[in-house]
Amino acid sequence: MRLKYLKNVVSLKLDTQKCTGCGMCVQVCPHDVFTIKEAKSVIGDKDYCMECGACSKNCPFSAIEVNSGVGCFRAILNGKRNGSEDCC
Amino acid sequence: MGKDCCGQKDGNYCDQKAGNCCDKDETPVGEIIKVSTRLDLSDWIGSAGVRCGLNRSNYRINPGLYCVGSPGAESPVLVTANYKLTFDSLRKELSDLSAWILVLDTKGVNVWCSAGKGTFGTDEVLRKIEKVQLKDLVSHRTIILPQLAAPGVSAHEVLRQSGFKVVYGPVRAKDILNFIRSGMQKTQEMSTVRFNLMDRLILTPAELSYILKPILVLLGIAIVLELIGIDSRAFGGFVPYIGAILVGNFIVPALLPWIPGRPFALKGWLIGLVYALILILTHESIGWQLILSYLLIIPPITAFIALNFTGSSTYTSLSGVRKETKVALPFILVSLISGILFTIVTMVMFHN
Repeated sequence: MRLKYLKNVVSLKLDTQKCTGCGMCVQVCPHDVFTIKEAKSVIGDKDYCMECGACSKNCPFSAIEVNSGVGCFRAILNGKRNGSEDCC
Repeated sequence: MGKDCCGQKDGNYCDQKAGNCCDKDETPVGEIIKVSTRLDLSDWIGSAGVRCGLNRSNYRINPGLYCVGSPGAESPVLVTANYKLTFDSLRKELSDLSAWILVLDTKGVNVWCSAGKGTFGTDEVLRKIEKVQLKDLVSHRTIILPQLAAPGVSAHEVLRQSGFKVVYGPVRAKDILNFIRSGMQKTQEMSTVRFNLMDRLILTPAELSYILKPILVLLGIAIVLELIGIDSRAFGGFVPYIGAILVGNFIVPALLPWIPGRPFALKGWLIGLVYALILILTHESIGWQLILSYLLIIPPITAFIALNFTGSSTYTSLSGVRKETKVALPFILVSLISGILFTIVTMVMFHN
Protein backbone atom coordinates (compact mmCIF):
# COMPACT_ATOMS: atom_id res chain seq x y z
CA MET A 1 0.00 0.00 0.00
CA ARG A 2 1.38 3.36 -1.03
CA LEU A 3 1.17 5.91 1.74
CA LYS A 4 0.54 9.58 1.16
CA TYR A 5 1.17 12.42 3.58
CA LEU A 6 -0.54 15.80 3.90
CA LYS A 7 -2.09 17.50 0.90
CA ASN A 8 -0.49 20.52 -0.75
CA VAL A 9 2.27 21.19 1.75
CA VAL A 10 5.31 20.17 -0.25
CA SER A 11 7.71 22.87 -1.45
CA LEU A 12 8.95 21.04 -4.56
CA LYS A 13 9.34 23.21 -7.69
CA LEU A 14 10.60 22.32 -11.14
CA ASP A 15 11.81 24.87 -13.67
CA THR A 16 10.97 23.36 -17.04
CA GLN A 17 13.02 26.03 -18.80
CA LYS A 18 16.23 24.78 -17.21
CA CYS A 19 15.33 21.09 -17.39
CA THR A 20 17.10 19.09 -20.09
CA GLY A 21 15.32 15.82 -19.40
CA CYS A 22 18.53 14.07 -18.30
CA GLY A 23 16.52 11.88 -15.94
CA MET A 24 18.74 12.20 -12.90
CA CYS A 25 15.74 13.18 -10.75
CA VAL A 26 13.91 10.04 -11.86
CA GLN A 27 16.91 7.97 -10.77
CA VAL A 28 17.23 9.40 -7.27
CA CYS A 29 13.62 10.02 -6.22
CA PRO A 30 12.60 7.43 -3.62
CA HIS A 31 8.91 8.01 -4.24
CA ASP A 32 8.72 7.96 -7.99
CA VAL A 33 7.50 11.53 -8.24
CA PHE A 34 9.16 12.34 -11.58
CA THR A 35 8.72 10.99 -15.09
CA ILE A 36 10.29 12.11 -18.33
CA LYS A 37 7.81 13.21 -20.97
CA GLU A 38 8.92 14.69 -24.30
CA ALA A 39 12.48 15.24 -23.07
CA LYS A 40 11.39 17.12 -19.97
CA SER A 41 10.92 16.03 -16.42
CA VAL A 42 7.36 16.17 -15.15
CA ILE A 43 6.18 16.11 -11.55
CA GLY A 44 3.40 13.59 -11.06
CA ASP A 45 1.66 13.64 -7.69
CA LYS A 46 3.54 16.15 -5.55
CA ASP A 47 1.92 14.87 -2.36
CA TYR A 48 4.16 11.79 -2.52
CA CYS A 49 7.27 13.99 -2.22
CA MET A 50 8.98 13.83 1.17
CA GLU A 51 11.36 16.73 0.52
CA CYS A 52 14.49 14.61 0.92
CA GLY A 53 16.25 16.89 -1.53
CA ALA A 54 17.89 14.15 -3.60
CA CYS A 55 16.54 15.55 -6.87
CA SER A 56 17.65 19.14 -6.39
CA LYS A 57 21.03 18.04 -5.07
CA ASN A 58 21.60 15.88 -8.14
CA CYS A 59 20.14 18.08 -10.83
CA PRO A 60 23.12 19.26 -12.89
CA PHE A 61 21.10 22.18 -14.24
CA SER A 62 19.68 23.49 -10.96
CA ALA A 63 16.18 23.08 -12.31
CA ILE A 64 14.68 21.75 -9.09
CA GLU A 65 14.06 23.65 -5.92
CA VAL A 66 12.85 22.12 -2.71
CA ASN A 67 13.00 23.19 0.89
CA SER A 68 14.61 19.94 1.90
CA GLY A 69 14.93 18.44 5.34
CA VAL A 70 13.92 15.49 7.41
CA GLY A 71 10.24 15.10 8.22
CA CYS A 72 10.91 14.20 11.81
CA PHE A 73 8.87 15.53 14.72
CA ARG A 74 11.61 14.89 17.25
CA ALA A 75 14.07 16.85 15.14
CA ILE A 76 11.66 19.78 14.90
CA LEU A 77 11.12 19.78 18.68
CA ASN A 78 14.86 19.62 19.34
CA GLY A 79 15.38 22.45 16.88
CA LYS A 80 12.78 24.57 18.67
CA ARG A 81 14.24 23.83 22.05
CA ASN A 82 17.82 24.60 21.09
CA GLY A 83 16.90 27.44 18.80
CA SER A 84 19.02 25.83 16.14
CA GLU A 85 18.52 23.85 12.96
CA ASP A 86 16.27 20.84 13.10
CA CYS A 87 18.35 17.99 14.33
CA CYS A 88 17.63 14.59 15.79
CA MET B 1 52.60 -5.94 9.75
CA GLY B 2 49.52 -4.92 7.86
CA LYS B 3 46.31 -3.76 9.33
CA ASP B 4 45.18 -5.40 12.44
CA CYS B 5 42.48 -7.87 11.59
CA CYS B 6 39.12 -6.19 11.23
CA GLY B 7 40.16 -2.63 11.24
CA GLN B 8 41.41 -1.51 14.63
CA LYS B 9 44.23 0.40 12.99
CA ASP B 10 42.81 3.89 13.02
CA GLY B 11 41.63 3.24 16.50
CA ASN B 12 39.65 6.44 16.98
CA TYR B 13 36.43 4.59 17.44
CA CYS B 14 35.29 2.07 19.86
CA ASP B 15 34.99 -0.34 17.03
CA GLN B 16 32.84 -3.21 16.19
CA LYS B 17 34.35 -5.95 14.15
CA ALA B 18 33.72 -5.25 10.48
CA GLY B 19 32.77 -8.86 9.84
CA ASN B 20 34.52 -12.17 10.24
CA CYS B 21 37.47 -11.25 8.17
CA CYS B 22 39.15 -14.26 6.84
CA ASP B 23 41.91 -12.75 4.84
CA LYS B 24 43.73 -9.72 3.65
CA ASP B 25 44.42 -8.95 0.04
CA GLU B 26 47.59 -7.37 -1.16
CA THR B 27 46.72 -4.58 -3.61
CA PRO B 28 48.46 -1.63 -5.27
CA VAL B 29 47.31 0.53 -2.39
CA GLY B 30 48.31 -1.82 0.42
CA GLU B 31 46.57 -4.54 2.31
CA ILE B 32 42.82 -4.49 2.19
CA ILE B 33 40.68 -6.32 4.68
CA LYS B 34 38.50 -8.97 3.16
CA VAL B 35 35.18 -9.41 4.92
CA SER B 36 32.89 -12.39 5.03
CA THR B 37 29.53 -12.27 3.28
CA ARG B 38 28.02 -14.32 6.05
CA LEU B 39 26.89 -12.91 9.34
CA ASP B 40 27.84 -14.82 12.45
CA LEU B 41 26.01 -15.11 15.73
CA SER B 42 27.59 -12.01 17.25
CA ASP B 43 26.47 -9.96 14.21
CA TRP B 44 22.89 -11.12 14.69
CA ILE B 45 23.01 -10.43 18.40
CA GLY B 46 24.45 -6.98 17.74
CA SER B 47 21.69 -6.29 15.19
CA ALA B 48 18.99 -7.41 17.58
CA GLY B 49 20.53 -5.17 20.23
CA VAL B 50 20.51 -1.98 18.16
CA ARG B 51 17.00 -2.77 16.97
CA CYS B 52 16.03 -2.57 20.64
CA GLY B 53 17.92 0.66 21.08
CA LEU B 54 21.01 -0.83 22.75
CA ASN B 55 24.43 0.58 21.82
CA ARG B 56 22.77 2.19 18.84
CA SER B 57 24.93 5.28 18.62
CA ASN B 58 28.14 3.33 18.88
CA TYR B 59 27.54 0.45 16.51
CA ARG B 60 30.10 1.39 13.94
CA ILE B 61 33.09 0.14 12.02
CA ASN B 62 36.23 1.87 10.85
CA PRO B 63 35.78 3.88 7.67
CA GLY B 64 38.02 2.86 4.80
CA LEU B 65 38.37 0.22 2.14
CA TYR B 66 37.24 -3.40 2.47
CA CYS B 67 36.63 -6.16 -0.03
CA VAL B 68 34.58 -9.27 -0.68
CA GLY B 69 35.61 -12.14 -2.93
CA SER B 70 38.78 -11.59 -4.92
CA PRO B 71 38.37 -8.22 -6.57
CA GLY B 72 40.72 -6.73 -9.14
CA ALA B 73 41.16 -3.49 -11.02
CA GLU B 74 37.91 -3.99 -12.93
CA SER B 75 35.74 -4.85 -9.94
CA PRO B 76 32.88 -2.61 -8.88
CA VAL B 77 33.25 -0.19 -5.99
CA LEU B 78 30.34 -0.03 -3.56
CA VAL B 79 30.15 2.95 -1.25
CA THR B 80 28.36 2.68 2.08
CA ALA B 81 28.00 4.08 5.61
CA ASN B 82 29.94 2.99 8.68
CA TYR B 83 26.91 2.00 10.74
CA LYS B 84 27.56 -1.67 11.30
CA LEU B 85 23.93 -2.63 10.74
CA THR B 86 24.19 -1.00 7.30
CA PHE B 87 27.53 -2.60 6.51
CA ASP B 88 26.26 -6.03 7.56
CA SER B 89 23.10 -5.77 5.49
CA LEU B 90 25.26 -4.92 2.48
CA ARG B 91 27.98 -7.55 2.85
CA LYS B 92 25.53 -10.37 3.47
CA GLU B 93 24.11 -9.75 -0.02
CA LEU B 94 27.48 -9.98 -1.72
CA SER B 95 28.20 -13.69 -1.82
CA ASP B 96 29.37 -14.76 -5.29
CA LEU B 97 30.61 -11.26 -5.96
CA SER B 98 34.06 -9.75 -6.01
CA ALA B 99 33.91 -6.09 -5.13
CA TRP B 100 35.49 -3.26 -3.23
CA ILE B 101 33.54 -1.67 -0.41
CA LEU B 102 34.35 1.92 0.42
CA VAL B 103 33.05 2.73 3.88
CA LEU B 104 32.56 6.43 4.57
CA ASP B 105 32.72 8.05 7.96
CA THR B 106 29.05 8.73 8.61
CA LYS B 107 29.52 8.81 12.40
CA GLY B 108 27.90 5.43 12.76
CA VAL B 109 24.65 6.54 11.14
CA ASN B 110 22.80 4.70 8.37
CA VAL B 111 22.84 5.83 4.73
CA TRP B 112 19.56 7.72 4.51
CA CYS B 113 19.79 9.57 7.81
CA SER B 114 23.44 10.49 7.31
CA ALA B 115 22.69 11.68 3.77
CA GLY B 116 19.89 13.82 5.19
CA LYS B 117 22.33 15.33 7.64
CA GLY B 118 25.01 15.72 5.02
CA THR B 119 27.63 13.49 6.66
CA PHE B 120 27.15 11.00 3.83
CA GLY B 121 27.87 13.88 1.51
CA THR B 122 29.81 15.04 -1.50
CA ASP B 123 32.79 16.15 0.59
CA GLU B 124 33.08 12.87 2.47
CA VAL B 125 32.88 10.87 -0.77
CA LEU B 126 35.65 13.00 -2.28
CA ARG B 127 37.79 12.73 0.88
CA LYS B 128 37.58 8.95 0.96
CA ILE B 129 38.25 8.54 -2.77
CA GLU B 130 41.42 10.51 -2.18
CA LYS B 131 42.38 8.83 1.07
CA VAL B 132 42.18 5.24 -0.12
CA GLN B 133 43.79 6.14 -3.47
CA LEU B 134 40.89 4.72 -5.40
CA LYS B 135 42.37 5.89 -8.69
CA ASP B 136 45.35 3.59 -8.16
CA LEU B 137 43.21 0.69 -7.06
CA VAL B 138 40.73 0.42 -9.93
CA SER B 139 41.09 1.04 -13.63
CA HIS B 140 37.51 2.17 -14.17
CA ARG B 141 36.02 5.46 -12.94
CA THR B 142 32.63 4.48 -11.55
CA ILE B 143 31.43 4.20 -7.98
CA ILE B 144 28.10 2.74 -6.93
CA LEU B 145 26.28 4.56 -4.16
CA PRO B 146 23.06 3.47 -2.51
CA GLN B 147 20.21 5.50 -3.96
CA LEU B 148 19.30 6.78 -0.53
CA ALA B 149 22.64 8.60 -0.34
CA ALA B 150 21.39 10.99 -3.01
CA PRO B 151 19.99 13.61 -0.58
CA GLY B 152 23.56 14.21 0.59
CA VAL B 153 25.66 13.63 -2.50
CA SER B 154 25.79 15.64 -5.66
CA ALA B 155 26.76 13.19 -8.39
CA HIS B 156 27.87 15.82 -10.89
CA GLU B 157 30.05 17.50 -8.25
CA VAL B 158 31.78 14.22 -7.42
CA LEU B 159 32.42 13.66 -11.12
CA ARG B 160 33.72 17.17 -11.62
CA GLN B 161 36.08 17.07 -8.67
CA SER B 162 37.29 13.47 -8.69
CA GLY B 163 36.65 12.07 -12.15
CA PHE B 164 34.51 9.31 -10.68
CA LYS B 165 31.03 8.84 -12.05
CA VAL B 166 28.45 8.22 -9.36
CA VAL B 167 25.87 5.58 -10.18
CA TYR B 168 22.99 5.37 -7.75
CA GLY B 169 22.18 1.75 -7.09
CA PRO B 170 19.04 0.28 -5.60
CA VAL B 171 17.39 1.48 -2.39
CA ARG B 172 17.76 -1.90 -0.70
CA ALA B 173 21.00 -3.87 -0.42
CA LYS B 174 19.21 -7.08 -1.29
CA ASP B 175 18.83 -5.84 -4.89
CA ILE B 176 22.49 -4.99 -5.39
CA LEU B 177 23.49 -8.28 -7.04
CA ASN B 178 20.65 -8.09 -9.54
CA PHE B 179 21.49 -4.47 -10.18
CA ILE B 180 25.13 -5.21 -10.97
CA ARG B 181 24.32 -8.30 -13.03
CA SER B 182 21.78 -6.48 -15.13
CA GLY B 183 24.40 -3.97 -16.20
CA MET B 184 23.42 -1.44 -13.52
CA GLN B 185 19.83 -1.19 -14.60
CA LYS B 186 17.28 -0.30 -11.96
CA THR B 187 13.69 -1.38 -11.95
CA GLN B 188 11.10 0.95 -10.46
CA GLU B 189 10.68 -1.54 -7.64
CA MET B 190 14.40 -1.27 -6.84
CA SER B 191 14.29 2.51 -6.65
CA THR B 192 11.15 3.01 -4.59
CA VAL B 193 11.09 3.21 -0.83
CA ARG B 194 8.47 1.15 0.92
CA PHE B 195 6.98 1.21 4.37
CA ASN B 196 5.26 -2.12 4.76
CA LEU B 197 4.19 -3.83 7.97
CA MET B 198 7.59 -5.36 8.73
CA ASP B 199 9.39 -2.11 7.89
CA ARG B 200 7.20 -0.36 10.43
CA LEU B 201 7.19 -2.96 13.19
CA ILE B 202 10.93 -3.49 13.24
CA LEU B 203 11.32 0.14 14.29
CA THR B 204 8.97 -0.02 17.25
CA PRO B 205 11.27 -1.53 19.91
CA ALA B 206 13.85 1.21 19.39
CA GLU B 207 11.05 3.80 19.44
CA LEU B 208 9.89 2.40 22.77
CA SER B 209 13.39 2.76 24.19
CA TYR B 210 13.00 6.52 23.74
CA ILE B 211 9.99 6.64 26.02
CA LEU B 212 11.01 3.94 28.46
CA LYS B 213 12.13 6.57 30.93
CA PRO B 214 8.73 8.30 31.28
CA ILE B 215 7.11 4.89 31.68
CA LEU B 216 9.48 3.97 34.48
CA VAL B 217 8.99 7.37 36.12
CA LEU B 218 5.21 6.90 35.99
CA LEU B 219 5.50 3.46 37.53
CA GLY B 220 7.85 4.84 40.17
CA ILE B 221 5.40 7.60 41.10
CA ALA B 222 2.56 5.07 41.29
CA ILE B 223 4.52 2.78 43.57
CA VAL B 224 5.53 5.65 45.83
CA LEU B 225 1.92 6.89 46.03
CA GLU B 226 0.83 3.42 46.98
CA LEU B 227 3.60 2.83 49.49
CA ILE B 228 3.11 6.07 51.40
CA GLY B 229 -0.59 5.39 51.45
CA ILE B 230 -1.86 8.40 49.50
CA ASP B 231 -3.65 6.23 47.02
CA SER B 232 -3.97 2.54 47.59
CA ARG B 233 -4.91 1.94 43.98
CA ALA B 234 -2.36 4.20 42.30
CA PHE B 235 -0.57 1.40 40.56
CA GLY B 236 -3.72 0.00 39.03
CA GLY B 237 -4.82 3.52 38.16
CA PHE B 238 -1.68 4.14 36.12
CA VAL B 239 -1.90 0.95 34.11
CA PRO B 240 -4.36 2.32 31.48
CA TYR B 241 -2.02 5.23 30.75
CA ILE B 242 0.98 2.97 30.37
CA GLY B 243 -1.25 0.92 28.11
CA ALA B 244 -1.84 4.09 26.09
CA ILE B 245 1.92 4.48 25.58
CA LEU B 246 2.16 0.91 24.34
CA VAL B 247 -0.87 1.35 22.07
CA GLY B 248 0.69 4.48 20.58
CA ASN B 249 4.02 2.79 20.15
CA PHE B 250 2.91 -0.52 18.64
CA ILE B 251 -0.69 -0.38 17.42
CA VAL B 252 -0.44 2.93 15.58
CA PRO B 253 2.60 1.88 13.46
CA ALA B 254 1.05 -1.53 12.82
CA LEU B 255 -2.26 -0.13 11.59
CA LEU B 256 -0.86 3.08 10.07
CA PRO B 257 -2.18 2.70 6.50
CA TRP B 258 -5.66 1.75 7.66
CA ILE B 259 -6.22 4.43 10.28
CA PRO B 260 -8.31 7.22 8.73
CA GLY B 261 -6.75 10.62 8.09
CA ARG B 262 -3.31 11.62 6.88
CA PRO B 263 -1.80 13.57 9.79
CA PHE B 264 0.04 11.26 12.17
CA ALA B 265 -1.30 13.13 15.18
CA LEU B 266 -4.86 12.55 14.00
CA LYS B 267 -4.20 8.85 13.43
CA GLY B 268 -2.71 8.56 16.91
CA TRP B 269 -5.53 10.53 18.48
CA LEU B 270 -8.18 8.32 16.85
CA ILE B 271 -6.53 5.11 18.02
CA GLY B 272 -6.21 6.58 21.51
CA LEU B 273 -9.89 7.46 21.47
CA VAL B 274 -10.83 3.92 20.46
CA TYR B 275 -8.60 2.52 23.19
CA ALA B 276 -10.13 4.89 25.77
CA LEU B 277 -13.65 3.92 24.69
CA ILE B 278 -12.80 0.24 25.01
CA LEU B 279 -11.49 0.87 28.53
CA ILE B 280 -14.63 2.81 29.43
CA LEU B 281 -17.08 0.30 27.97
CA THR B 282 -15.40 -2.74 29.51
CA HIS B 283 -15.05 -1.13 32.91
CA GLU B 284 -17.64 -2.16 35.46
CA SER B 285 -19.18 0.83 37.22
CA ILE B 286 -16.95 3.57 35.92
CA GLY B 287 -17.54 7.08 37.28
CA TRP B 288 -17.87 10.16 35.08
CA GLN B 289 -14.64 11.56 36.55
CA LEU B 290 -12.58 8.63 35.29
CA ILE B 291 -14.34 8.71 31.91
CA LEU B 292 -13.37 12.35 31.50
CA SER B 293 -9.81 11.64 32.68
CA TYR B 294 -9.41 8.87 30.10
CA LEU B 295 -10.83 10.97 27.28
CA LEU B 296 -8.65 13.95 28.11
CA ILE B 297 -5.38 12.12 28.76
CA ILE B 298 -5.23 9.01 26.58
CA PRO B 299 -5.80 10.37 23.03
CA PRO B 300 -3.13 13.09 23.34
CA ILE B 301 -0.61 10.50 24.59
CA THR B 302 -1.14 8.31 21.54
CA ALA B 303 -1.25 11.38 19.27
CA PHE B 304 2.12 12.53 20.58
CA ILE B 305 3.72 9.12 20.15
CA ALA B 306 2.29 8.88 16.64
CA LEU B 307 3.80 12.29 15.83
CA ASN B 308 7.12 10.95 17.03
CA PHE B 309 6.81 8.15 14.51
CA THR B 310 7.01 10.66 11.63
CA GLY B 311 10.79 10.49 12.04
CA SER B 312 10.74 6.74 11.51
CA SER B 313 8.40 6.88 8.56
CA THR B 314 9.67 6.95 5.01
CA TYR B 315 7.21 9.37 3.49
CA THR B 316 6.70 12.43 5.70
CA SER B 317 8.03 15.79 4.51
CA LEU B 318 9.57 18.50 6.66
CA SER B 319 6.91 21.01 5.57
CA GLY B 320 4.19 18.54 6.48
CA VAL B 321 5.55 17.65 9.91
CA ARG B 322 6.10 21.35 10.65
CA LYS B 323 2.50 22.08 9.79
CA GLU B 324 1.27 19.17 11.85
CA THR B 325 3.37 20.18 14.82
CA LYS B 326 2.04 23.71 14.69
CA VAL B 327 -1.58 22.62 14.55
CA ALA B 328 -1.60 19.51 16.74
CA LEU B 329 0.90 20.18 19.49
CA PRO B 330 -1.17 22.92 21.24
CA PHE B 331 -4.23 20.62 21.28
CA ILE B 332 -2.17 17.75 22.62
CA LEU B 333 -0.68 19.83 25.41
CA VAL B 334 -3.95 21.51 26.43
CA SER B 335 -5.81 18.20 26.52
CA LEU B 336 -3.04 16.42 28.40
CA ILE B 337 -2.41 19.12 30.99
CA SER B 338 -6.09 19.79 31.67
CA GLY B 339 -6.67 16.04 31.94
CA ILE B 340 -3.87 15.60 34.46
CA LEU B 341 -5.02 18.60 36.52
CA PHE B 342 -8.60 17.38 36.44
CA THR B 343 -7.54 13.91 37.59
CA ILE B 344 -5.50 15.29 40.47
CA VAL B 345 -8.33 17.57 41.55
CA THR B 346 -10.93 14.79 41.46
CA MET B 347 -8.57 12.46 43.31
CA VAL B 348 -8.21 14.99 46.09
CA MET B 349 -11.90 15.96 46.14
CA PHE B 350 -13.31 12.47 46.02
CA HIS B 351 -10.68 10.87 48.19
CA ASN B 352 -12.27 8.58 50.76
